[in-house]
Amino acid sequence: MTDNIRTSAAEAPVVPRRRSRRDFSFDSISFFLVFLGVPLAVFLFLVIWPFIQAAYYSLTDWNGLTASMNFIGLDNFERLLNDDLFMKALGNSVLLLAVVPTLILIIALTFATLITVGGASKGQIRGLKGSSFYRVVSFFPYTIPGVAIGLLWQLVLLPNGGLVNSLLVELGFDGFAGFAWLGDKTTAMPVSIFVIMWGLIGFYMLLFIAAIKDVPAETYEAARLDGAGRFRTAISITIPLIRENVQTAWIYLGIFALDAFAYMSVLNSTGGPEYSTLVITQYLYRVAFNDFKFGYASAIGVFLAVITLLFAALVFSVNYLTGGGNRKAKR
Amino acid sequence: MTSQTDSAHARTHDGAITGKGDRAVATISHGVLIIWSIIVVAPMLWVLLQSFKGKTEVLSSPFGLPEKWHFSNYYTVWVSEGMGRSFLNTIFVVGTALIAVMLLGAMCAYVLARFRFFGSRLIYYAMLAGLTFPIFLAVVPLFFVLQNMYLLNTLPGLALTYVAFALPFTVFFLYAFFQGLPTEISEAAQIDGAGKWRTFFQVMAPMAKPGIAAVTIMNFLGLWNQYLLPVALNTKQENYVLTQSIARYAVSAGYAVDFGSMFAAFVIVVVPVLVFYIFFQRQLQGSVSQGSSK
Repeated sequence: MTDNIRTSAAEAPVVPRRRSRRDFSFDSISFFLVFLGVPLAVFLFLVIWPFIQAAYYSLTDWNGLTASMNFIGLDNFERLLNDDLFMKALGNSVLLLAVVPTLILIIALTFATLITVGGASKGQIRGLKGSSFYRVVSFFPYTIPGVAIGLLWQLVLLPNGGLVNSLLVELGFDGFAGFAWLGDKTTAMPVSIFVIMWGLIGFYMLLFIAAIKDVPAETYEAARLDGAGRFRTAISITIPLIRENVQTAWIYLGIFALDAFAYMSVLNSTGGPEYSTLVITQYLYRVAFNDFKFGYASAIGVFLAVITLLFAALVFSVNYLTGGGNRKAKR
Repeated sequence: MTSQTDSAHARTHDGAITGKGDRAVATISHGVLIIWSIIVVAPMLWVLLQSFKGKTEVLSSPFGLPEKWHFSNYYTVWVSEGMGRSFLNTIFVVGTALIAVMLLGAMCAYVLARFRFFGSRLIYYAMLAGLTFPIFLAVVPLFFVLQNMYLLNTLPGLALTYVAFALPFTVFFLYAFFQGLPTEISEAAQIDGAGKWRTFFQVMAPMAKPGIAAVTIMNFLGLWNQYLLPVALNTKQENYVLTQSIARYAVSAGYAVDFGSMFAAFVIVVVPVLVFYIFFQRQLQGSVSQGSSK
């Protein structure tokens, strides 16, 4: 923290000039007005203000058809809990929240470990040969919009003429001819999860590679001299040392999994077979922009925000309880 | 940041690439990573090939090269279905928003990081809230805020919204960066008589170049791929951005007839950014690694 140095004029009177305690020159005032005022105005007006409004709307019965907005307290939230479709969407979102970040973190960490320290067990610490190729390729999906990834897999999974089914039939699994992966209740959700993973693994892999590279090689060498195997090294050295990065990644992924709007709404725009892939954000969108129940939609939004904050708190406490937090979190 | 991994056969005198265990592990690792690479690349290549096939050939022969290379799919998508227009819209909105958010974000981060004043912590936490809260919560009120400003369904309105929602991330990232810069230099600038404005633009901002470049790239990807904000706030067809155009195809995939143009639409959206990435991947790697040390 560099708080000890202040650049205020009060503390830099190297050249003694007529100065009050504070600096009210045109330069200074205009500087603060523009540098702080403009960004803050934009931010407060278009981000914070809508958040506050949404919190208020969630307590009203406002729908787009009437101009009236009556305060109804927590009725919307009570209705939510008795809304079967909402509960279904909530279940799906919680499923994504539990499964997606965990799987992506495990796979991205594994790949990052292989690439950075997976090489020979003697001599210099090094990764696999040719690992930069894997790095570059893995990042491809992150450059593609989520919507386009949804379209890509729609096409790859076409029941007739799609890549996957054609391959399976080619390999002799004729049962898959015409099988609709996204239209079948048992496979729609797993396939959607797979598509999200396909889109995100590369980015987090890159994050972890960068973090592992920051760990001094001596640390790994010492572990090796003490006879730690590869797996032991990964568990006892890598993960504790890049703990903060894992925490940040986990929170980002959680926020993403609770949203997932672009992916889910493209893969199955109506919420999938028997609503098996409907997530909260899709439902919110439908309630707001198809039914115009703005009060009710805002209540769903507030609910979503609460879940997000609870999740972040959970990640922080897990990190803290497992021995993190001894260093100041970097956020 | 070149890793030593790229050097072929770096045999040290104690024979680093020996040992059966090592070889087995290396083989398995390579196997896993190659399978992963195939899973990443194969679908994209397949779609690229399909996009050059005629209407009937797309479904009848999923494998192999096109019998005759058709470019009509691209013409259809780009001209008659308005993808070209979406492309220009996207470049306009993302370009404007990117310049504005980098300027405003850098200024705000600089003030928060280098000056102490009443309420600066509060602003910092407000930004954190902006980063954590789901955008979805703000969508409904945002719709009416923009409507009251007569900016609903306009490209400037969308760009302004992009700026607001990319601001928290930008400020956070650059905050850490400006904090890490040495203070002596800004003091020296002050002693030499540079005002606060000049100190920032001629001394501090150039020093923060690596950080600014990194956030610019991240913001570019984030805004280029943004979907929810345009879907909710930009519903006029002639103002569509790329993600919206692409979504139109995807939603109709279940009962579409013209698959050829769907393949082509995907390629049009993906290729520019992908080519850009392959050319600048070195810088990108660097930028992501800086992002991780927030």
